[in-house]
Amino acid sequence: MSQRIPVKELTDSFRGRAVGALADAQLRTNFRVAMDSLMKKRADAFPDEEEREGLRELGNHIKARALSRLPDLLEQLETRLTANGVKVHWAETTEEANRIVHSIIEAKQGSQVVKGKSMVSEEMEMNDYLAERNIECLESDMGEYIVQLDGEKPSHIIMPAIHKNRFQVSKLFHDKLGVDETEDVNELIQIGRRTLRQKFLEADVGVSGVNFAIAETGTLLLVENEGNGRMSTTAPPVHIAVTGIEKVVENLRDVVPLLSLLTRSALGQPITTYVNMISGPRKADELDGPEEVHLVLLDNGRSGAFADAQLRQTLNCIRCGACMNHCPVYARVGGHTYGEVYPGPIGKIITPHMVGLHKVPDHPSASSLCGACGEVCPVKIPIPEMLQRLRQENVKSPAEQPKVKDGGAKYSRKERAIWRFWASLNTSPVFYRLFLWGATRFGKLAPKNVGPWTENHSAPVPARRSLHDLAKAHLNQGDR
Amino acid sequence: MSELFYDAAPNATRVAPERPKPRVYPDKPAEVTLFGTCVVDLFFPEAGLDAIRLLEREGIRVHFPQEQSCCGQPAWTSGYVNEARDVARAQLNLLDNGLPVVVPSGSCAGMFRQHYREVFAEEPDTLKRVDDLAERTFELTEFLLHVCKVDWQDLGQPTQIALHTSCSARREMNTHLHARELLGKLANVERLDHDHESECCGFGGTFSVRMPEVSGAMVLDKTRSLRESGAVEMVTADGGCLLNINGSLEKQKQTFRGRHLASFLWGRVSGEVKS
Repeated sequence: MSQRIPVKELTDSFRGRAVGALADAQLRTNFRVAMDSLMKKRADAFPDEEEREGLRELGNHIKARALSRLPDLLEQLETRLTANGVKVHWAETTEEANRIVHSIIEAKQGSQVVKGKSMVSEEMEMNDYLAERNIECLESDMGEYIVQLDGEKPSHIIMPAIHKNRFQVSKLFHDKLGVDETEDVNELIQIGRRTLRQKFLEADVGVSGVNFAIAETGTLLLVENEGNGRMSTTAPPVHIAVTGIEKVVENLRDVVPLLSLLTRSALGQPITTYVNMISGPRKADELDGPEEVHLVLLDNGRSGAFADAQLRQTLNCIRCGACMNHCPVYARVGGHTYGEVYPGPIGKIITPHMVGLHKVPDHPSASSLCGACGEVCPVKIPIPEMLQRLRQENVKSPAEQPKVKDGGAKYSRKERAIWRFWASLNTSPVFYRLFLWGATRFGKLAPKNVGPWTENHSAPVPARRSLHDLAKAHLNQGDR
Repeated sequence: MSELFYDAAPNATRVAPERPKPRVYPDKPAEVTLFGTCVVDLFFPEAGLDAIRLLEREGIRVHFPQEQSCCGQPAWTSGYVNEARDVARAQLNLLDNGLPVVVPSGSCAGMFRQHYREVFAEEPDTLKRVDDLAERTFELTEFLLHVCKVDWQDLGQPTQIALHTSCSARREMNTHLHARELLGKLANVERLDHDHESECCGFGGTFSVRMPEVSGAMVLDKTRSLRESGAVEMVTADGGCLLNINGSLEKQKQTFRGRHLASFLWGRVSGEVKS
């Protein structure tokens, strides 16, 4: 491969970060190996195509129904949870959500928080917010613990430290915890466990995410494999759950297929080691559990997506990560390249609603629209269709009133003019054939360096006679 | 199982469309229209001509309307809806004569069959014509296999090839299955699998120039796995992938090349040896 054009001015963009990631051989191997393994696990978990497709359809219908009644279900959820003794808080922005969490901790004069895995808390950048207020917030999920220890962000929504291999983790533990280096994965996990165990007992507050919030019963369902979620939600005297408003489902019956889809799509598991169902704080006659349970329901742009019938489908997501596991772009550039909390195909379609297209103008374009994501999505989000729609919104002029937050981020008069020209070429047979005539005769004279294309390819040379020409001669009939 | 598969969203909006039922194929027609596609037109015209020859060999009269251009896909996938719609409308008008349309490219056939519905979503009257076109549109290998039900004698020397299928062809038109079955009819052709066969080659239309580094990494991996498959050459039914893969191989100064499936097939059944 030839020397690439430096993309200096692009470092703070998807493309710029991708260049860095692509040059990191270790990173690329880590992702490729991990994604290949995850794809195989998922395939093995769904041996029966008919059952898989039926289940995906069901999952899609359940989420579509829940979304069609979203305001009602949220209200019902609040009523039920309140009746169960859970305090429900509403946050329109991440700032508001952080303020709520902080005020709960402050009221308890807490200084130590232990956290189960939660992407919404990542969305809120809760750790930083609390650290600035002298509250230590420790990640207890092993992957999250590793990235926190290294001052990084998760690179995958299910496996936050998937970009690191065991040797890198071993070195990190050695450097940060002063333990001996070991290549034994089990020993590494034990090192993490020993460090965390004490923290569960010392923490004033436990924070967790929510996988499904069940409206009918007022239940918060949380899946995990390490037991840290159960510890974080039961050991400290206060439990704060944070989640997005789209996580609400109607009833427990709906959870069964969704749970099966989630665990099989994510890690190929029939079910996770722990399935926690939280219905309220410790009751008078109970011996354990938190004294207080809070739920913070975060909007952060979700209602914007909800308002659009097509883009609403992005809220179907149950955060399994299968789309990124199967994405050829994600497998090559890794999660950090996306520069936002949610990477991969799902990140590309939900992030614009949260932060606006101006902040992630290249996200919709960073896809070959190969369709692998849509094919595996357990709730059948038509991800390629969403990307195409976001591209539309991305190139709209202000006068065309883009329907997505900060739409029109890629609007360019010049590019619009080029496409206008392309359209007139392809709608005028005379013009088109004139173009063919010119290209086939003078194509060889075209420059050998035609921008980005020739970075990866030799310059394309048009044939000497077009198919129009050859077919006409062959069929000897002119226009039919 | 039946308890699990309950009707979860009887009245909800925006549920996923129903799974397509297996396509029912018509009898072999006397005439068809060939939609050449813009990439074949300009870069692989021989493949288009070979497609015509393959169809004629089955006793079909082929029409090639000289007014045809592009299906509109590049503008559509780039988000330029109005421009895509103008170009799509020109093709729709042109092909509005009831004849079956055969396309030597899965992604362009998929554009007709799947995406024109989205392009013209706000024009109910046009949608009727769109559905009619979709019903009449066939990707070349699909048409040869299921409509012509070809029965071929392989006149070529024994060879080993790798088959690459474009992502949209695979997911929208099942071209990988059709092409495999068609190649299976050739006695002297052995199709070898290659690593990550179902993975995208990195073309993706404007993706290849908007994200050249990522696209380049993808095509590099694709060309490597194709070369390492042990095959003598690669065949594909998609001009875009072919342009991408061959352009990359040439840049890498590799001798391995890909060829349009139509040309490969014509070479085998006509006995004409072509490079």
